[in-house]
Parts: sequence; structure tokens; C-alpha cells
Amino acid sequence: MIGFLSILCKSNSLRSHSSKISHLIQNSSSKSIFRSTHLSNPINNSIPSSIQFNFGSPISSASFFLPGFSVKGLAFTNWAEKGDGLSLFSNSSLRCPFKEGAGFLRLRSSAGGSRTFSSESERESINYDVVIVGAGPAGLSAAIRLKQLCREKDVDLSICVVEKGAEVGAHIISGNVFEPRALDELFPLWRQEESPVCVPVSSDKFWLLTKEHAFSLPSPFDNKGNYVISLSQLVRWMGTKAEELGVEIYPGFAASEILYDANHKVVGIGTNDMGISKDGSKRENFQRGVELKGRITLLAEGCRGSLSEKIIRDYNLREKGNAQHQTYALGIKEVWEIDEGKHKPGFVLHTVGWPIDSKTYGGSFLYHMKDRQISIGLVLALNYRNPFLNPYEEFQKLKHHPAIKPILEGGTVLQYGARTLNEGGFQSIPYPVFPGGAIVGCSVGFLNVPKIKGTHTAMKSGMLAAEAVFHTLQEGSSMEAYWDNLKKSWVWEELYRARNYRPAFEYGMIPGLALSALEHYILKGRSPLTLKHGKPDHEATDVASVHSPIHYSKPDGLVSFDVPTSLYRSNTNHEHDQPAHLHLRDPTIPERVNLPKYAGPESRYCPARVYEYVINEQGQQKLQINAQNCLHCKACDIKDPKQNIEWTVPEGGGGPGYSIM
Amino acid sequence: MKIMVAVKRVVDYAVKIRVKPDKSGVETSNVKMSMNPFCEIALEEALRIKEAGLASEVIAVSMGPNQCLDTLRTGLAMGADRAIHVDAPPTLYPLSVAKLLKALVDVEKPGLLILGKQAIDDDCNQTGQMVAGLLNWPQGTFASKVVLDKEKQVATVEREVDGGLETLCLDLPAVITTDLRLNQPRYATLPNIMKAKSKVIKKVTPQELNVEIKSDLEVVQVTEPPKRKAGVLVSSVDELIDKLRNEAHVI
Repeated sequence: MIGFLSILCKSNSLRSHSSKISHLIQNSSSKSIFRSTHLSNPINNSIPSSIQFNFGSPISSASFFLPGFSVKGLAFTNWAEKGDGLSLFSNSSLRCPFKEGAGFLRLRSSAGGSRTFSSESERESINYDVVIVGAGPAGLSAAIRLKQLCREKDVDLSICVVEKGAEVGAHIISGNVFEPRALDELFPLWRQEESPVCVPVSSDKFWLLTKEHAFSLPSPFDNKGNYVISLSQLVRWMGTKAEELGVEIYPGFAASEILYDANHKVVGIGTNDMGISKDGSKRENFQRGVELKGRITLLAEGCRGSLSEKIIRDYNLREKGNAQHQTYALGIKEVWEIDEGKHKPGFVLHTVGWPIDSKTYGGSFLYHMKDRQISIGLVLALNYRNPFLNPYEEFQKLKHHPAIKPILEGGTVLQYGARTLNEGGFQSIPYPVFPGGAIVGCSVGFLNVPKIKGTHTAMKSGMLAAEAVFHTLQEGSSMEAYWDNLKKSWVWEELYRARNYRPAFEYGMIPGLALSALEHYILKGRSPLTLKHGKPDHEATDVASVHSPIHYSKPDGLVSFDVPTSLYRSNTNHEHDQPAHLHLRDPTIPERVNLPKYAGPESRYCPARVYEYVINEQGQQKLQINAQNCLHCKACDIKDPKQNIEWTVPEGGGGPGYSIM
Repeated sequence: MKIMVAVKRVVDYAVKIRVKPDKSGVETSNVKMSMNPFCEIALEEALRIKEAGLASEVIAVSMGPNQCLDTLRTGLAMGADRAIHVDAPPTLYPLSVAKLLKALVDVEKPGLLILGKQAIDDDCNQTGQMVAGLLNWPQGTFASKVVLDKEKQVATVEREVDGGLETLCLDLPAVITTDLRLNQPRYATLPNIMKAKSKVIKKVTPQELNVEIKSDLEVVQVTEPPKRKAGVLVSSVDELIDKLRNEAHVI
């Protein structure tokens, strides 16, 4: 029987040869052998027909024969991960499949807490060679590159991409002036087919704004050869390309936990349980999450990815990479459809100055895409000091500038959205490899701040990780090769050259601009020193008493709008009856610290008005969390002064619905 | 007994729609599409009836261009056994759909045809009623509760009507259209979605079914409803009467 086991384990790795596996499974005697070996597995005798089906299918049967010990470790950590006990439920309607290693999951009474039930329903476990979290530029580039390598070497690897958005591209938002360097490497012939990358940059303007004027300055950017695109559209296009190559992409499923084995090696991810109501009980359509196990797991969650942050902390990846903390900015953006006469496809504009004060780093952008559509947005570094600053209102103010407003007048807003982005650059890159996988894209932080482009480096990092993954799986080499590949690539060189621009602004806007000019025109990135970042963003907020509230004017409904109107345009939707996905580590801190000391900054920096201080019946101000508004921007996770707010992933399929952002 | 469920691919309910600049319709490119919520409820009800042992097979049916296959795969992932795709132009009016459904019913001979009460893109609320008329089957529309009696071959349907709830007893085969409170549809699980990807979906054309789908209706123009004007504060009753008479012309 051991020999039989080993045969089945071997065929497990060639998962695509499913017919072979199913042929082996057809041998009905094997089924009965396995049932009897699960001695401590009191499986219910009433097995619904769905289970028979599962048993017969090659996918689940293959997982059935996983080495038992790996699942044991799994069981322990699964219970440990569910700290709040919300996902521990009895499964009264027996739909749980008859699964492997079930004996170890019978730790029924040990989980503790009032929310634990006596029988934990097992999750179905599906195996892949590679599991990728996030169908963004980095994740999809990794998947596509892997499949390309498979074709070159005539092998096959099963690749699964899970995406928390309802569709591929639904959570993708970016400026975006796209440098096609990585795309040229990924798809050398992409220009010969129809793609969303079709509007070349036609002009590049840079203005310094004051309240009434706009002064044209020489553009610090060189956008020749670049394109104005909607990144959401590009990612959708990449998604179809990936599926054509055989990548399995599953939107609507949120990876909410990491799965470990007994040696604390990452073996995959677990998706959210769906159908839990606000109070934590099961709804009518409760559905247990699934475990997606991969020989390698790649995290491509974008900036401040929730699982990536856990992994970075867990494995001390910042210390390992000699990296500083990451610094961030919040970008708020709208796509407008403007008058035909005002539209100039390929027009690129960046501004600095008004309405942002000299102590805050940020700027705005205005890009003309096709079909009379333009992208306009404001990016504000999150290490701003004034807790009364409201990035959303600053954006509305910007649109009223006499040089900007005429462009927008007569137009309509099509979509609105917001997302944080990395500004740490070279100094903040953690070591991106962990036992069992690696992190790619903005979850590591490859954005080139002076260029304000991160898509091309994110894609390249995905491709480099793919190459390391391929060699690891095929030849048994180590994933450390990813780190080495990164350091030898143009990503490293580019970020190294760009490393001092942003930190220079810690000394103020004028020194910052001066140093930028020095770097750009004279030193050209060969400066001997590397400047360090200032305080982490959440520590940079001053107390409210040293600032005064900022008065923002009411929206005019034509060019500026209130938050609910803008939110409606983001197509944000969450299943209302689910527990809030924003956790307060200490529920008393908002009223004890945030409100009195910092005047409740979360009610101002959140671009979706998730956080509101409302007066309750006792006349006190209490924090109300409108979790269903959340745009998944992660600003609260970054900027909360006491780091009390933890952004966790809600039920898959919720969140914004960007299509042209 | 087989159950046939008709599902429609519509603009997702959470999407903010806008009218196309040329006013020919609603902008559907680059817009998220999903299964009509009432169709999901219909499919869920069919699945529950099957799980209760009162039916042997659930067949999901959709009509339109190839994108309908996504909706059918969602249906298969939820638990439908088979799916049929009728390859037809994207704009099909309820009568054409009803005729196609009748043709499919004549082929598959289900004991129950369940549909959503209306589609959220056109809000017609006609297809179920029309197909019942064409088939000469009893109909229970706006169902908020369905109880099947297999032996007596009868469906007891509680309907939500303007005055409250009405209970009807329908002899099978029958047509039922579902309302919101009937059930809460299940999530399609990841393993089921994976399996549904490889299932074969049968494709038929209106010609094969001998159905003429040409419609006598044509959409001429689609416009947004007029924007709500701000209210006007009046200072006295006389002013109110004056405005009602001379401006609003209602008295």
C-alpha cells in the first residue's frame, strides 16, 4: 500500500495528467483501503452525493493522498490563525467533503473561546503547483511567464490565481502613464495585436500651481515611448492572455489566511468563509472557504497587501533585507468624459504646489486617454503632519483651480477611486523570499517615485519570480534566486538611481526640489550616499492642538462632489450582512486617543468615509465603521497613529468595481 | 422530474449605469455583468427542490451571444446538472425568449419551469407569463414560497401580490417566477467553479428550434430620467396656492 501511495503522490505532481490520476482512482479497492486507515476520523455516515462526486474527481482525490503530516501542521495553525473565532462553526448541514488528514483536525474542544463549536467543518483542499494571490500586473505577469517557460521546456505546471475583486481588474486603479519595458519582454509582439495600450504620450507638461496661477516648468519626466492607459483595462487584457495560456484565475475569492506546515513553511492560502452575518453567525448560504495549496505561493496583493504584511512581520523580512520601513502615499482619482474639443489624447500633465502646502509631499496628474476620457487625480504622501488634512477635499479643491476647471467643465465623472501606493523605493525593499514562496510587485514596493511609475517594475518582479519558481520546481533550486535575479535586473538599477529623490523632501520642498535637480542633471543617480526616510507615516502625524481645522468649501456638484456621490461612482459594493473587515486591535483607542489627541484623523483621510464619529444617545462621540463603503485603499492600516486599525480582507467579490481606472 | 431554469446575463446590480452618448441604449462595454439576481433565486429554488429529492435534474438555459456561457457556468457551479445555450442576438424581447423557451420545453419536457420574475435591465416582468400562456401551463408568479407535492404532482405557491399573500395550487407541469423573498442563493464554491469550467454546454440555434425571433419592437431612444430639481421654499400659504395653480398647474 505504501508503494501504491507513492505512485499516487508522484502522479500528484503532474496534476495536469488528470486522466492518469482518475484512472488510478477508478481502482475502487483503493478507496476502501483509505477509508479504513482513517481510524480517528469519525466521518458521518450520511455522505451526500456531492461527496461521492468529489471523491471521484481527480482534483480532490489527488489532495486526498497528500502526506498526512503536512496536513497536521495545517490543522494546528488554522486554529491558531482564527483568533477571533469567527470562522469556527459547526457544519450541521453535512456538505463537507470526506478529506485527507481529517483525523488531525479533530481538535474539537481545544480552540477555546465562546464562538467555537464542537465540530469544525473541514475545508476542501485543492492542490496546485503555484498559487498566486492577486490578479494584478505582478501576479498575472508571474503567471504568464511561468506558462511561457512551461511551453518552452515542454512541461506543465498548474497555476491558480485568486483575486478578491469580483472580476480581474475590478480593484486595479493607477494614474497611469505606462512604460512598456516589461510588457515588451513579456509579450514581444504585443504591438501587433489590439490591446489597451494604444494612446502614446503626445505632450508632457509640468506646472507649479498657486491659488490663481499655473507656472509651466521644464518637465522632469521623459515619457517618450510611453503610453497613457487605464491599468484596469490592461490587467483585464493580461487576464485573458493568462487564461489563454492555461492559467486558472478565480475572481471573487479572497485569500484570507496563510497555510503553514509543521515546519512553519508556507504551503498555500485559505479563502474566506462566505455567508457569515454581521453578528458572526452563519447565514442561510454559509459556505466554508477552501484551501489552495501550492508548492510555491506568490503574494501579489499590491501596496500594503494584508497577507504580505503578515509574512513580512512573521519572517522578519525587513531586517533580512536591511530595509527601512515602507512609506506611502494616497492617490485619489477620477476618470472624466470631457468635451470633444478639450480632449487631446496622450496629453500628460503633472502639477506641484497648490493646494498642497510646502510641508506636505504630493502632486496631481491629468492624463488624456482615448474616447474623450481623462484621468485626473491627486497623490499625497501619507507622512503629512496636519491631522486636519483631508486628502479627498484637497482633491476637490484642486479641481477648482482656474487652469484645471475649464478642462472639466461640461464633462461627466465616470468613475472614482482611491488607493495607496509605495514611496519607499530602494531603501524600503524587504527581502522578498520566504519559506514556501515569495512576494512580488507593490506588496514588496518597486515603485519608482521620481518617475511615478510602478507598473513596469511590478511586472518585471513578477517575471523574475516566475523564473525562480520554475527552476525551483523543475530543478530543485532555491527561491533565493529571485532575490539574486532582482539585484541583477534593471529594476534594481532603476530604483537605485531613483533612491534619493523622495527622501530629500524630508528637508522641505525647496531643498527637495534642489536635490532632485542635482540628482537628475548632475549626479544622475551616482550620488555616494543614500538618504534615509523620516518617521513612519503613522508616527508623523502631529497632535491636533498644534494645528487648526482646515475649512473646505462645499462641493458645487459640477466639478467637485461630496463623498457619497463619488462613492457611488466607484461601484463599491459589499455584502452588507457580513462582519466588518476593519478590526480595531483595541476598541477603546479611537475614543481614548484618536479623537482627543489627533481629532479623529481617520474620519478625514479615508476616501470612502468608512470612519465617522457620531454622537450616541449618551451624547458622546463614538467611532462608527461603515465597512461596506471601503475602497480597499489601505490608508487606514497605514496612517492610524496607534496602528490600531487592521485591514483584513472581506468576503470575496466585494469592494470597488473599477473598469477604466 | 426535470426542472428547467432560465437565466439571463445582465449588468451587475451594483454597477452605476449610464446612457450611451448616442442615446441608443445603456453603456454595457467595460461594465461588469452577472446573472440576474432573480434568476439566481430561481436557480437556488430549483437546486433546493432537487436536493429535497423531488427532482432528478436541473437544467440551466440562457439565450444570447457567447458571453452567456459565463452565466451558464456560474449556474453549473451553483449546482445545475446541465446547461443549454441558445445562440441568439444580444437583444431579445420577452416574446422571443418565451417562444424559445417553449421550444426547449417541448424538447426537454421538464415538470417545472422556473424563472426570475423580471430582469433588472429591462424590468419587463413578461417572459414567465408569456411562456406559460404559450405552453398552456398554469403559472405562479412572484413566488415567495414554493412547496412541491410529488405524489399529487401539485405545486403550492405563495405569491406576493399587492394586497398581501395569495396561495395558489398549480398542477404540474407549471411555470413559476421567483420574487426576492423566496430564498437566499448559495455562493458558488471554488471547487464547483473549477469543475464547471470543464463541463460541456449544449448549444442550439433558434433555427434548429424552428423559432422565429424577429421582433416587432424597436428601441428608438434611451434617455436618463429628468434630474430632480431642488425644492422651493414658500413663505406663505397664499404663495403655495399661487405656485400650485400658476406654475405647477395642479389646481
